[in-house]
Formats: sequence, structure tokens, C-alpha cells
Amino acid sequence: MIGPKGLFVSAVIAVGAVSYLFTGHPEMSWTLAQIDDYLLNILILMGINVVLAVSLNLVNGHAGQFSLGHAGFMAVGAYGSAALTMFLGQAGLTVLQPIGGLAAPLLFCIVLIFGGVLAAMVGLLVGIPSLRLRGDYLAIVTLGFGEIIRVVIQNADGLGGARGLTGIPAHTTLGWTFAVAASSIYVVGSLVNSTYGRGFIAVRDDEIAAEAMGINTTKYKVIAFTVGAFFAGLAGALYAHFIGYITPEGFNFLKSVDVVVMVILGGMGSTAGVTVAAVALTVLNELLRQAEQYRMVVFALLLIILMILRPQGLIGNLGSWLPRKRGRS
Amino acid sequence: MSAALLDLRNVTIRFGGLVAVSDLDFHINAGELVGLIGPNGAGKTTIFNLITGVYSPSAGGICFDGVSVEGRRAYQITARGIARTFQNIRLFSSLSVLDNVRAAFNLHLEGGFLGALFRGKRFVAEEAEVEKKALELLEIFGLDSVCDLPCRSLSYGDQRRLEIVRALATRPRLLLLDEPAAGMNATEKVELMKLIRFTQERFGLAVLLVEHDMKVVMGICQRIAVVEYGCKIAEGTPEEIQRNPKVIAAYLGEEVPDHA
Repeated sequence: MIGPKGLFVSAVIAVGAVSYLFTGHPEMSWTLAQIDDYLLNILILMGINVVLAVSLNLVNGHAGQFSLGHAGFMAVGAYGSAALTMFLGQAGLTVLQPIGGLAAPLLFCIVLIFGGVLAAMVGLLVGIPSLRLRGDYLAIVTLGFGEIIRVVIQNADGLGGARGLTGIPAHTTLGWTFAVAASSIYVVGSLVNSTYGRGFIAVRDDEIAAEAMGINTTKYKVIAFTVGAFFAGLAGALYAHFIGYITPEGFNFLKSVDVVVMVILGGMGSTAGVTVAAVALTVLNELLRQAEQYRMVVFALLLIILMILRPQGLIGNLGSWLPRKRGRS
Repeated sequence: MSAALLDLRNVTIRFGGLVAVSDLDFHINAGELVGLIGPNGAGKTTIFNLITGVYSPSAGGICFDGVSVEGRRAYQITARGIARTFQNIRLFSSLSVLDNVRAAFNLHLEGGFLGALFRGKRFVAEEAEVEKKALELLEIFGLDSVCDLPCRSLSYGDQRRLEIVRALATRPRLLLLDEPAAGMNATEKVELMKLIRFTQERFGLAVLLVEHDMKVVMGICQRIAVVEYGCKIAEGTPEEIQRNPKVIAAYLGEEVPDHA
């Protein structure tokens, strides 16, 4: 059976292979260098959506804290990282000059992590007060915080205000996206599949019992929320350096709902299901591009049908995701 | 005096105008099996919640092992060595039998967040250790054969047993049982009495049993306290309690003189 470590290694190999094949080596005729840009873009969007869905699933699915503010954390990561690249990117390249060809990738790595950490910090700040609430109340508060983040950015003239930030250098490649997606799956998968991670599920199943069993429920909730925000920030950073142009409007409530739909469709608490749902919905979104705003009607119908036929989600409880090793003799 | 494991002194709690528990003095010694009984609404569950940190007393103090538990949250009190079960079973419904017990090992886990993330040698060893201990506990209570089943699929009696196993996984010195006989038939109650005795002796625990069922309480408790309207009205051995006129009055009502 494949353990989390093996999974991570295979993910890294897959990422390497995919990015090698797809990023074009014209001198080798057999590569897929001719892959068209449209497909490449969809693959990157897929990766970003996987990161968003898997990280929100830790909060909404595993820890059972229904958050509607994921787009807010994505915005923090997107704007934080974009600002870093645009305002300090040149200086950074100069400083890193000595390491030559590795300077640009290293800088982008730093930028990505900066976006994630910034979002995690905001997540921590938002999480500590709001996680005292439960259920609907928590959903409303996180929705509120998400909107507050958006409105603050909208009014920050240094960040372009409502017009947004333009001309963000396009550093995001398929390789980066898949690497982040693989690490989000690894991190969430490892956290949940451990004695420690049983705490998240205990908090979701019965908070009072969890507390009585010596589990510090507040700490668990805040950790889930912060880790979720970290990866949302990473996704935002990838997105900003992919699309090159971000506006506050792009991170509104509907964006959060998109991610929530992925999580519900994939099955709350199933990393595998949520990954599949993120990929499927990205494709569906493209297929329905012609239908414009009627897309939402299709999404809504899809959700209703799924809730009736498979309330546990696409994959549901099969996916405690990593098969657990039973070391009994 | 300081010998008592759990010591409640002049504990009072008010909810608005209602005095739910009034000036209660009560103690449990290490290794003792004590019963707490009283009619409906007497304040038994409130006392339970006071001990486990769900409520804090309006007046008076609660000490566990000589240290006040005041202001501590429920998980901290569990960490100090008080574990409990619930009147209406509260298992982690989406987890398997084994994982329910594993979740309760978190308290004594050293690895934590980073351990789970990086999965080093120590983490692997600790996970194996937790699983081994959890299986041992389950085996003692005859639940090891069903350890991979979802806990919801267990029978009512087995779910109660699992709750006790889960509580024991936190390594308590005092186990609080909240109406464990609720909803059980006569045979199951006899089984339960054996189980409680066995648990107490096997793990050297002090047990506080809150129970409606007289047969169960009288059958196994070494000492019984009776509460009514938030006040302790009697305390003593089962025989003393059975003869106590105040207790009889509380449960059966007083004799009303005939109206001539």
C-alpha cells in the first residue's frame, strides 16, 4: 500500500514529468511542446481549483467548520504576492543575482510562500474570534470577513483600488501549480490521517465529547482554519501570477461559493472526492462558457441532483483517501 | 482531609433566580465507587457539569487532587485525570470503533501537528504505540473484533462500553458515568454493573456514578449521596440510604395525614 510519503514522491515525479513534457522543448520533436495555450490554461486553473477545494475541505469537511470566506484569503494571497513581485521583484532579482539561473524560481517560491503566510496570518486573526461561533453563525461571520477583506482592498489605492492590479508578471507555470496542488493534498492528507488528525474529525462529529476527551477544540479549529487560509493564499498567489490582472471583484462571495460547491460535490471530508470535483467543475465551467450566466443554473441543478442521489458526495466515505496501514501481527 | 481525590466544598450554582445546586459538600476518595442519586431535576447532571468544567460554580470551590479546577476548560480538566461518559451516547459517529479510541489518545500525544506533517520515525513509532494501546483497551472490553466497524453499527450496550473505553484512553484517575443504565433492560443492567465494578478494579479508578436506577446504584456503590432540589439530603452506605426517612420521602413522598 502507498503511504503519504510514497504518494508525495510519486506526485513530485508526476509533476516533474508533466511540466517537462508540457513546457516545451522545441529541440525534441516528440514532446508535447505544441500543446495549445488554451489547454495549458485550463490545466493551471484546474490545479488552482484543486488547491482551493482541498484546503477548504480541511475547514468545512474534516473540521466541520462551515466557512464562506475562502475567496477573502485567496485575495490576501493574490494581492500580497502580486504586490511583492511588482514592488520588490526587481530588487529581489538583483540581490539573488549571484545564484544565476535559480534566482527567478527561488524568488517566485518566496513570493508564493509570502502570499500563503500572509493569508494564514489573516486567517489566524479572523479565526480566533469567529471560531467561537458554530454552524450558520460561523458561516455568516466568515462571509462577512471575506467581504471586509475585499472591500478593504477595493479602497486601498496603493493596490489599484477597484480597478485592480494589472501587469503582474506571469510566473505561474503548470509545474508550480501542480507542485502546490500536490503539497496541499499531501499536507491535508497527512494531517487528517493521523491520531492527531482524528481530532479534527472528533471536533466535527461532537464538539462536547471531543472537549471531554481532552481535545482542545479551539486550537484544532484555529489550526484547520489557518492551514486552510495558507493554501487559499498560495492559490491566490498562483492565480495572480497566472492571470496577470486581479480585481477585488474577482474575489467576491461567488468565488467562495464556487469552492464550497466543489467541496460539497466532492463530499465533505473526502480529499480524493474534492480533488475530482475541482477538476470536473473546472472542465464543466469551460464547456458551459457559451451558456454564460446560465452556468450557475446548471451548477445549481447539479448540486440538487447530487444531494438527492449521493448526499455523501461523488466519492464520499471511500476516500479517507490514504489507505491506512494496519500494522498488526 | 486532603486525602480526597475530588473535593467539592460549599458549591453553589445559580441560573438566574434558580439555585440549581446549593451549598454542596461532597468528596470522592481515590479508588472509591460513589453513587449520586436523586429525583428528576435534583441537580445531578449540574453537579456533573460543575466537576467537568462545563459550568463554574457561583460560590464554593472544587478541588481535584488538591488543586482547584476553577476556570479550567473541559479538556484541561480531562488532562488532569477526570474522564466522563455521556447520558445520551456521544461517540464520534463518522469514525470507526478503533478511531474513536485513537482520538482520545490525543491528550498524551507528543508528535502533534508537525509530527503528522513530516511523519518521521518517532511519529510512526508513536502511531503504532497508540494503535497497540487502543487495541489492548478494546480487547479488555471485548470490542477488538469489531474495531474496524463504524461505531454507529454497534449495539446500544456496546456503544456504552465503547464510551467507557474511550474515556479510559485519556488515562483518568476519576471516571464519571452519567446515567449509564438509561434505556437498558434488566439483563443489560446486570452486565453493566459487572462492567463498572470490573473497570474500577482493573484500572484502580475512582468512579462517580450518577444514576436513576436504584438497583444498579445500591448494587455496586460503596457510598451514596442523595440530592434533592440541589441540596444533599443524605449520604452513607447503601443500607443507610435505604433506611433514611428523608430519602424515602424524596422518592416516594411523605405520608399525608388523613383528613378527618
